[in-house]
Amino acid sequence: MRLNCPHCGPRDRREFYYYGAAAYLDRPSPDAPAQAWDDYLHNRDNPAGMTQDLWYHEQGCTAWLKVTRNTVTHEIIAVDAVATPKASGGMA
Amino acid sequence: MRIDGKGRIDRTRPLTFAFDGVSYPAYKGDTLASALMANDVRVVGRSFKYHRPRGILTAGSEEPGALVEIMGPANQTPNTRATVQEVFEGLTARSQNRWPSLRWDLLGINDLASPFLSAGFYYKTFMWPRAFWEKIYEPLIRRAAGLGSLSGRHDEGTYEKAYAFCDLLIVGAGPTGLIAALAAGRSGADVILAEDAAEMGGRLLSDEGQIDGAPAQEWLASVLAELALMPNVRLMPRTAVTGAYDDGTYGALERVGLHRRPRPNLPRECFWRITARRTILATGALERPIAFADNDRPGIMMASAMASYLNRYGVSPGRKVTFFANNDSARATARSFVAAGLSVAAIIDSRPDAPDEGDIPVHKGAVVIGTKGRHGLQEITLRTGSGEVRLETDALGMAGGWNPSLHLTCHMNGRPRWSAELAAFVPSPGAVPGLVAAGAANGTFSTHGCLAAGLAAAQEVLTDLGHKAAPVDLPQAENAPYTISPLWAVPGKGRAWLDFANDVTTKDVALSAQEGFSSVEHMKRYTTQGMAPDQGKSSNVAALAVLADATGRGIPETGTTTFRPPFVPVSIAAMGAGARAEGFAPQRFMTSDQASRDRGAPMIEAGLWYRPSYFPKPGETTWREACDREVAMVRNSVGISDVSTLGKIDLQGRDAGRFLDFVYTNTFSTLPVGRVRYGVMLREDGHVLDDGTTARLGENHWLMTTTTAAAGLVMRHLDFVHQAFCADWDVRFISVTEHWAQFAVAGPKARDLLTSALGAAPGLPFMGVRAATIQGVAGRVFRISFSGEEGYEVAVPARYGEALFRDLTARAETMGGGLYGMEALNVLRIEKGFITHAEIHGRTTAFDIGMEKMVSAKKDCIGKAAASRPGMIGAARAQLVGLKPLTDSPLTAGAHLFTQSADVKRETDQGYVTSVGYSPTLASWLALAFLHDGRARHGETIRLVDHLRKVDVLCTVTDPVFHDPMGEKLRA
Ligand SMILES: [Zn+2]
Repeated sequence: MRLNCPHCGPRDRREFYYYGAAAYLDRPSPDAPAQAWDDYLHNRDNPAGMTQDLWYHEQGCTAWLKVTRNTVTHEIIAVDAVATPKASGGMA
Repeated sequence: MRIDGKGRIDRTRPLTFAFDGVSYPAYKGDTLASALMANDVRVVGRSFKYHRPRGILTAGSEEPGALVEIMGPANQTPNTRATVQEVFEGLTARSQNRWPSLRWDLLGINDLASPFLSAGFYYKTFMWPRAFWEKIYEPLIRRAAGLGSLSGRHDEGTYEKAYAFCDLLIVGAGPTGLIAALAAGRSGADVILAEDAAEMGGRLLSDEGQIDGAPAQEWLASVLAELALMPNVRLMPRTAVTGAYDDGTYGALERVGLHRRPRPNLPRECFWRITARRTILATGALERPIAFADNDRPGIMMASAMASYLNRYGVSPGRKVTFFANNDSARATARSFVAAGLSVAAIIDSRPDAPDEGDIPVHKGAVVIGTKGRHGLQEITLRTGSGEVRLETDALGMAGGWNPSLHLTCHMNGRPRWSAELAAFVPSPGAVPGLVAAGAANGTFSTHGCLAAGLAAAQEVLTDLGHKAAPVDLPQAENAPYTISPLWAVPGKGRAWLDFANDVTTKDVALSAQEGFSSVEHMKRYTTQGMAPDQGKSSNVAALAVLADATGRGIPETGTTTFRPPFVPVSIAAMGAGARAEGFAPQRFMTSDQASRDRGAPMIEAGLWYRPSYFPKPGETTWREACDREVAMVRNSVGISDVSTLGKIDLQGRDAGRFLDFVYTNTFSTLPVGRVRYGVMLREDGHVLDDGTTARLGENHWLMTTTTAAAGLVMRHLDFVHQAFCADWDVRFISVTEHWAQFAVAGPKARDLLTSALGAAPGLPFMGVRAATIQGVAGRVFRISFSGEEGYEVAVPARYGEALFRDLTARAETMGGGLYGMEALNVLRIEKGFITHAEIHGRTTAFDIGMEKMVSAKKDCIGKAAASRPGMIGAARAQLVGLKPLTDSPLTAGAHLFTQSADVKRETDQGYVTSVGYSPTLASWLALAFLHDGRARHGETIRLVDHLRKVDVLCTVTDPVFHDPMGEKLRA
């Protein structure tokens, strides 16, 4: 498996650390209801098909990447840097 | 026997090798198989189940029968295919799966018992009585099972792994692959041409064909010469591509040294990972056997292999040969044998309308129905239109048609499709993205067809890759049509072999279907078809056809064959090359490493780091003596310890303080410049991630310290929090762990030592930091302590680390102090109730370790929402406590806690011990533990039980801080 890091180009998957679902990017606000935190922390889909997950280019540029891929065909559709000038998430 | 004037072996270079203790002559260029054949050694091994004599069936890596052990000075390699192993001077091989000898094998009794050893035998027989399993059946099966044997010692051979990248990977260097490489090479593409065999050329090496009116081998030589001169083409002979993986990644195994005399540092094999933008699969095709009664005798082999032995190696498997065919592909081979002066007794052709073949008798519409010869073929019986005929022959070539070598196209779940015209499976286009099959691998069997297909495939790939295809003329070559009438098995009495390695016969497959195992996948498992080292390369398709026949279905309806990596057996040693013993993980050494070793310190692993365990003094016989002395030294004098392994992260930017507030539970942005604060970091799920101190070096400049264990984890976490949640903040950070050497100076005399080393008093309050010039070097001094004594840490750029370490050690020793190691460091921190990752092991919360007050109410932080939820706090949680035994008894980490009156069982478990040590300061064993509602239970007597190490001790529950609970020494 190879990931096309937006900074470094196509690299072997051994350079990357796998984290989990891209849902980790959608951090609830501190006072969100418990259910929102449960969903954020613990509830994950296990899709056969398209999924988005987070990878860390630990042995490269140290960018966190959001990878859009197909769990059935192994096709990688997109690799985007998590950090954008206007970062998403609960701290906006 | 050797045939004069034939073959590509080098007759000017004679060699000697040994097989089963007998020495034989060979030539450079021989494989072990050809060399054995030259010496008329017909029985090479024994089959797996029935221990039937096995000869040589093929001339390539698909060989199921001729498996031997190669004996090396440092290793013994079982299941080596004699058809792949090249002979070198002194090669020593041994037959396997036989006892006591190859010729007289006692387990051959299995063959007589074969009516009882049918498909599913193991499943049926060893079921009952149950009590027999462990004592009788399993040892019996274990002794009989398996093919080769291992030495039982470590493999001390050298192995390598390597990576390669290319525009175009061509798998197979037959006519298809060669012309593709020529076209791509001339066009400037970056090409790798990988060939399983020692020599490139494929069937051109074995068949006496012509290309452009000249012997094909002349064309081969000129192409190879041109390719060898191209800087953009890498030729990789002896390299089997073993697997196709995602995104153009291929595994390949190169036999680097297996064909040479072993010598130091010569790698035996190299495991390659090749990344290719495009791939042409030009692996050719494998000829398939025909199942007929007793078709497994040595001397019966593939007709194409006979051509290889004659034309490539100059040997013949017999003096009077016959062929059994259902297509024309054996005809040229028969002519070669006649031309070489050998007798061809007959061609038995199952097709009633088969063509004549000059002077060679052709039995049309005939089949072979039996064979004779205990240790090798002597006679065959035919059934012809006019009755049974017996023929004397010592070599029979089977030509059952061809199966494209499409294995790699199945590796990513692709399923081949059935071609009725070819009576074979062919690759499904697009089965592996970026890979195109061409030539015989794609069902095109004529030489001309292969050349045309290879050229076309290359031109298509080159266009795809944006290269302008350079002109290559398509040469003229043999272009005979391939007509075949399928013949998988000859019906009749007797056992007809499909899988020669695992002894699967047509009857086994039929029985499997009869007993309900009629899907291919079930049949394979029930009969073990295709599960030997050759993975059924030459037998799976025939087995499928026999199954189809037994179930009354067509082949496409019955199923399809599939193949998984690896294409050929790959030694684990090659895949794991470099990753054994010390190569298993990188080693990180502190700048004081040599100085510590000079003092005899045993070094212990701390993550990837090596740290001194203790520093023995003359007269000390146990580590405990050294540890006790070092603890007392720190408490009473001064100790030096290298703490450089702790993670150091340099943070800068206007928002750095704000960022620290977000990742730590407590507030850092209010910390004055020149001060240090202890902080706790949570995971988002509310559990403690790490702890450590962070210093404010300047208005917008901070230095974070992590634990040794979590340094990488914290860096990854900080990167995530920053990039995911606050990428627009003005903060940047980088690990500087390797840049600084840092030494703890701890004890009542620490300040005196620092004063002498710095030339002035350190002048720092508790939890202060400042820049300092340390013997002329710009560094930093921190006043922090992990021992509970007045403590400092001195940091200098790593290149000065060793010098400073030796200097501080010398100063300490003149003051009655010295070095202390990890054991003492651990006891010192336990006495003080300081936590490590033994306590913050991933399941403890800030509440559990008594630090819930450090979670600031005034701000958000990572983990705050989860940390305050029900279940994460409260009396039901196990909380950090200290334990002191009532008697002078050792305690053990991992022990569990119970109330005195309770039965000791899981349901009554009250908690567990995380750290223990003997405290010379308090003259007692001490432990840190987690106990349910522990903070409310100080003073209670609790029972500590460790069944594993037979410890059962009563302890008093205490505060975790045993020593100097008010911190007076710390702040002195
Ligand atoms: Zn990168």
